Amino acid sequence: MKNGKRLKTRKISELLELYPFLTNFFEDNLINIEGKYDLTISELLSTIDEDELEDKALDIEKLMINISDYIDQMIEFLGEDENNGVSKLTILPGRDKSGKDEIFEPIEINKSEIISIVGPTGSGKSRLLADIEWTAQEDTPTLRKILINDELPDKKWRFSSSNKLVAQLSQNMNFVMDLTVREFLELHAKSRMVEEEKSVIDKIINEANKLAGEKFDPDTPVTSLSGGQSRALMIADTAILSSSPIVLIDEIENAGIDRKKALRLLVGEEKIVLMATHDPLLALMGDKRIVINNGGIIKLIITTDEEKNILSGLEKMDSIVQKMRKKLRYGELLSSEDLMKENKNA
Amino acid sequence: MNLVTFSGPPSSGKTSVILKTIKALKDRGLKVGVVKFDALATDDDILYEKAGVPVRKGLSGALCPDHYFVSNIEEVVEWGKGEGLDLLITESAGLCNRCSPYIKEIKAICVLDNLSGINTPKKIGPMLKMADIAIITKGDIVSQAEREVFASRVNMVNPGAVVMHVNGLNGQGAFELSTLLYEKEEKIDSLKGMKLRFSMPAALCSYCLGETRIGESYQMGNVRKIDMKGKDQK
Repeated sequence: MKNGKRLKTRKISELLELYPFLTNFFEDNLINIEGKYDLTISELLSTIDEDELEDKALDIEKLMINISDYIDQMIEFLGEDENNGVSKLTILPGRDKSGKDEIFEPIEINKSEIISIVGPTGSGKSRLLADIEWTAQEDTPTLRKILINDELPDKKWRFSSSNKLVAQLSQNMNFVMDLTVREFLELHAKSRMVEEEKSVIDKIINEANKLAGEKFDPDTPVTSLSGGQSRALMIADTAILSSSPIVLIDEIENAGIDRKKALRLLVGEEKIVLMATHDPLLALMGDKRIVINNGGIIKLIITTDEEKNILSGLEKMDSIVQKMRKKLRYGELLSSEDLMKENKNA
Repeated sequence: MNLVTFSGPPSSGKTSVILKTIKALKDRGLKVGVVKFDALATDDDILYEKAGVPVRKGLSGALCPDHYFVSNIEEVVEWGKGEGLDLLITESAGLCNRCSPYIKEIKAICVLDNLSGINTPKKIGPMLKMADIAIITKGDIVSQAEREVFASRVNMVNPGAVVMHVNGLNGQGAFELSTLLYEKEEKIDSLKGMKLRFSMPAALCSYCLGETRIGESYQMGNVRKIDMKGKDQK
């Protein structure tokens, strides 16, 4: 409780000036501060009578502790630079499902790197991602150890709600809120206390529209966006507004979104990107790939030059498929002549 | 024996989270049992049985489930001791937002789900505000932004709580939760003399006692009237 003294002596009006986020705090905790700006917090709380305390289920003692905790957390949170200073993640070997030691040199992942994770279903991809998220210290079933910036990770990565190490993007995610794109982003920006709210929101909408096959308007309800537009918005929002320095991606469907640009946007915002995928178009975009089997990491492959060439070949094939998709959409017939022509162009 | 109380709105995923967490606890060789509290009916006891977890259920019927819970918790602890459990989990549905089932010194966990809407945290009283751990479920089907906003709202009403995301379907996060539930040194023998963290919702009016007729002349005891005037007419 670093703010104990200030909290006792300052008036509400002064506190709100120092800590503007307290306005929301009072509101969400059902405390009316209107017309009470000249009181101190304990005076404010003592104006609430017995009945109101009982009705709103307020506990003064707990509230005092909560206000102080909340201020401490917010100050710490606001004081941190964008990616919380995570520039390197290291995975140290543990053991696989049969208890056999994993044999690999420590895997070092730097910010702005893309790492693919491949392996059969049930091989332990989720557990690896969970080990990272929990910053495992030989205390998970795999006995792996995670280092952040070559050091033992701070406990905050496990327990703080505003400092999550990992943001997740997965296939079956939806927007469920009944808001327009702009309102939705405003809400997210407010919860993150960003200063230049409007310019951040404009940037996200702009980037999302660069990723989406079909552009959308900021006044569209998020629930009306197409699958591709939703994914584009989720990725742009995560890249720009999420506090988490690491992004986990569980496949990105190849429809209505430019996946290459999406990954570039994420690493451009200095994120570490981990991507579970079996799609060669996506997997080969990674700098390295981790191969998992039977719960253990069995290999770390660095994407070869030959593979990078293959990737550009695959991208050409993909662009042909995308063009045909478009033609189908607009009621055209596909012809073998077209295919030959496209092949030649590619 | 350790005791942990789980609570949360209906369908938030309490049972799924508990089942996945028990799996991780069992892997550590711990014996875990569950007592499930509900109002009219529950089949969750069958799910626990299927998973080989010793289970009892208590249905509050016409009584306030919170009051029923606290009037029975001592017997529940006795049962757990008799079964030789290392960890006893009580699960109770928070059927009204004013529910307040937690006991001082006993670990309290509230389960909420991302789909319930971002205004839910402020609407829930002591069940969330007095919890030690807040579990947020169904994160796999909403966006990262919605998860972050929801978690920040939870943090605002209970900054002291550990906020964790657990997926009741695939168990993501359940192992991590399991590491926070059992302390070897902790031993609960009896709850006699312990206190609730907050008073339970109160009522004692003619309707509590079985009155069914509507009308002012039938209303006695702790009765309160809604303010129909609205803001502008005050």
